[in-house]
Amino acid sequence: MNVWQFMLQNRNEVLELTFEHLKLVGISTFLAVLIGIPLGVLITRWPILNKPVLGGANIIQTIPSLALFGFLLPAPWIGARADRLAILALALYALLPLIRNTYAGIQGVDRAMVEAGRGMGMTDRQLLFQVELPLSLGVIIAGVRVATVISVGLATIAAAIGAGGLGEYIFRGLAMVNNQVILAGAIPAATMALLADVSLGWLEKRLSPH
Amino acid sequence: MNDSPNSRPAIEFRNVAYKVNGDSGRELLHDLNLEVQRGETLVLLGRSGSGKTTTLKLINRLLTPSSGEIIVEARPTSDWDVIRLRRMIGFVIQEVGLFPHFTVERNIGLVPKIEKWPADRIHVRVKELLELVGLDPEIASRYPRELSGGQRQRVGVARALAADPPIMLMDEPFGALDLITRAELQHEFINLQKRLAKTVVFVTHDLREALLLGTRIALMDAGRLVTVQTSKEFLSSNDPLAIAYKEAFGTDLNIKC
Repeated sequence: MNVWQFMLQNRNEVLELTFEHLKLVGISTFLAVLIGIPLGVLITRWPILNKPVLGGANIIQTIPSLALFGFLLPAPWIGARADRLAILALALYALLPLIRNTYAGIQGVDRAMVEAGRGMGMTDRQLLFQVELPLSLGVIIAGVRVATVISVGLATIAAAIGAGGLGEYIFRGLAMVNNQVILAGAIPAATMALLADVSLGWLEKRLSPH
Repeated sequence: MNDSPNSRPAIEFRNVAYKVNGDSGRELLHDLNLEVQRGETLVLLGRSGSGKTTTLKLINRLLTPSSGEIIVEARPTSDWDVIRLRRMIGFVIQEVGLFPHFTVERNIGLVPKIEKWPADRIHVRVKELLELVGLDPEIASRYPRELSGGQRQRVGVARALAADPPIMLMDEPFGALDLITRAELQHEFINLQKRLAKTVVFVTHDLREALLLGTRIALMDAGRLVTVQTSKEFLSSNDPLAIAYKEAFGTDLNIKC
């Protein structure tokens, strides 16, 4: 039986796991965007926070994912359900590219242009929302893209703590020494990563200032 | 001399010094005393690093002085609400200042918009300004990248004029243009200035431009004001630096005097 026949036979389960996977990635990336982009903006306004914030996000990134899942297990409420825990861990991993790209994007806006805006009497808020964010949107979306693609891959490991997703097939296949089952998890996950990469790449291009 | 606002200079520097990073840093401007009269075009002339751009940015408080004070419209800049101060001062820099993601109309209408003018009034004003600076109102819907360098600079001037500020600061506005376009814009500046009579502080390192446009020329060197003279006085000046300038620019300087 080849992998396609296996997937076709188990299409309901494949769909269900794909949906679970999407949910893990979607919610965690959304949360990370909600926290990461404002943090990135914050460290352009308060340069003193630059090192601790970027350093913190960097340290999180260096923790092996299985270990991070393990560390978070004792956390109250979060640790009570595997999917919450997986979402939190994935969101933490997604922070670094989001903070870094938001920061780099805004820093990359031509200083002379920002000064022109300031010189004309724009307030800091007006500058941020009308000039700096629109002009760095391409770079910020590039951060979202990197974060999403990383999440799709990392979310397969969430199955190890019982959070579901396409990693279920991968771990099951590994245990059964069955490549078909591994591929039934890996192929949809890889496809999802590619689709996210291409669509966000397209968005990034569209939103980049000329 | 009475003290009503109209008889006082529009801008006054009193013992102004500016150091990078507050008190510890290098001094970019040393004990500057200077008055800009209402309606005149004062040119700050000097080489790179002489302190002319620093002087300009002190006026709209993009920089704050380390000591001394700058008085704009009879009030020290430190007393002004900085946003109000900047909105009554037009600011033109080399072409980098236009926002690439705004149309010409939105660029020009920027200050009126943040001043909450109604949309139709902004629209009318933009048309009027485009005509004033010699541009076809048709280009209002274009983006800066679709314009030539000269057109962009005209848009920059129109944008600075948008809310009809009494004071204009211009930092080498024509520096990046080719010679012919620059000459064209310089002449239009003169015509515009005849009609509008704004108080203009104009930064340049080009002596010809200074002689052509300036009511008076403030010559700066290494953070110090060397002399302030009219064009005529400048041409017959014996100041060593003024002489060096005249020699560098050759003998054919009989532009308008």
